[in-house]
Amino acid sequence: MAVSVPLLSGEQLAVLSDAYHKAVARKRLHLVLATAVFLAALVAAAFGAEVNLRTFFTHFGNFVSYFDRILTLESGARVWTDIAEWLWGWHKWLWMLGETILISYVGTLFGAVLAFALNFFAAENTSPARWLRFTVRRFLEFARTVPGIVFALIFVIAFGLGPMAGVLAIAIHSTGALGKLFSEIVENADMKPVEGVRSTGASWISCMRFAVLPQVTAGYASYALLRFEINVREASVMGFVGAGGIGQELVVAVRKFYYSDVSAILLMIILTVFVIDMGTGWMRGRLFGKDARA
Amino acid sequence: MSQLPPPDSEHLRAQYPEVFNRPVSARLAMPAMIVGAFAIFVFGLVDLDFSPARMLAGLHQLGWITLMMVPPDPGSSLPLYMRALGETLSIALLGTTLAAVFALPVGLLAAKNIVPSNLFRFPVRRFLDTIRGVDTLIWALVWINVVGLGPFAGVLAIAVSDFGAFGKLFSEAIEAADQRQVEGIRASGGNALHEIRFGLLPQVLPVIAGQVLYFIESNTRSATIIGIVGAGGIGLQLAEQIRVLEWQKVSFLILMILVAVAAIDWISGKLRFAIIGRRAVA
Repeated sequence: MAVSVPLLSGEQLAVLSDAYHKAVARKRLHLVLATAVFLAALVAAAFGAEVNLRTFFTHFGNFVSYFDRILTLESGARVWTDIAEWLWGWHKWLWMLGETILISYVGTLFGAVLAFALNFFAAENTSPARWLRFTVRRFLEFARTVPGIVFALIFVIAFGLGPMAGVLAIAIHSTGALGKLFSEIVENADMKPVEGVRSTGASWISCMRFAVLPQVTAGYASYALLRFEINVREASVMGFVGAGGIGQELVVAVRKFYYSDVSAILLMIILTVFVIDMGTGWMRGRLFGKDARA
Repeated sequence: MSQLPPPDSEHLRAQYPEVFNRPVSARLAMPAMIVGAFAIFVFGLVDLDFSPARMLAGLHQLGWITLMMVPPDPGSSLPLYMRALGETLSIALLGTTLAAVFALPVGLLAAKNIVPSNLFRFPVRRFLDTIRGVDTLIWALVWINVVGLGPFAGVLAIAVSDFGAFGKLFSEAIEAADQRQVEGIRASGGNALHEIRFGLLPQVLPVIAGQVLYFIESNTRSATIIGIVGAGGIGLQLAEQIRVLEWQKVSFLILMILVAVAAIDWISGKLRFAIIGRRAVA
């Protein structure tokens, strides 16, 4: 079926195409300007970060050969030809990994409990007083903006070397992150049950317990599990500053150039993170149905 | 006032057996989980050397430290700290950009609607997962071995660890794109590259730009800490001052970080709004 497209007359067309070209030109100008600003920022950043392409290219071979070296045993053979020799310290490392997971578990639970205690005060719709909300929110903001490892550095001095500092650092950082997420869930909760409970003359605490809590527990648990996943990763580096876990072993292996140990520990960390990811994903699916996997 | 008749409990029981006669295992599941979780928690406290005495002593010490932190005071090192902060921002910007540039083609390869073959997609995805499983600080340690101490190692560390995250996010954004526009390009005779360039990228780029901006923001936080292992930026100063117990400088540095992060938050929020427009993208 042949269809002929009607064309506008020359004058009308000229006006339209003029406007079109102008619009396109304005858009392109914006794009070019934005790109120029961005490139300028990049160049400035390159100077700021002392980027030196010559060192990069002369040493890039190092990067490749580093992986070659960490995959080679002292005898010169590839690591996978002698698993027993490669993973010689698996007993100790597994124990340290267990400690790492325990650190993140206890830290997450501490953080979740604290966040739970604070979040009703931080949420817009349930907070009993304005000043209270403001204070709690600022505290949560502070706790999640300062990186966990900075807390760990300070806590190592206050509480002494060891996993306790790591747990507390993870706990306070999780409090900040979870407190915000929890209070957002509360803000999305339906307020009608609260009115119902309040109309019976219940106190603020009863309102939270019987009207808000039943709506939000599933969301809380889901976020707490997600946080646990993140915290396992974070706990794996707490050892860098002496706050317990597998990081200690890793940093020693890297600094002392025990190449095959580095790859063995890295492999075990990656596997653990995989397993934890899959485990918590499965658990969230079981507990809250498929769509909870946000 | 009218009164409701008392509920006929026998009748209700018969009507909803699944509510009134739940099997014992279902009724015990929740308490058992709570007891189990609590038991692990207590075991953890014991195993990780928690004791009330240590806790009290530590809190006492922490109180002293906090007292010594006020007022925040940079001493005479303010210019040094400003330069370190600039270094941190540079690390975040460069690292994120590098990661995004390299992750875009890989994200295409990991997307189901571009590479339908499972056999090829699977290794790409596992590769990205592996990179993401390693923390930025660990990458920083590795890169320090390669390019030496300094901010450049930090840039590369952030680039590598973000590469893993971006690859996954980009491929998800690409999979969520509308296929009809791609079909339109194909119908008008475009080849595979045309489909990607004119059908896919215009849909995906705003989403990607939003994600990149968000990562620049979160990398400002990461960039503050990679200095702790020697990869440049303000973290180096922070770790040093904590080790020599100069608490007033420490609190000043923490304040600087907070202000910088807030500023970047604000700027990237504005930019994201300008790029994505009024469409809210998660």
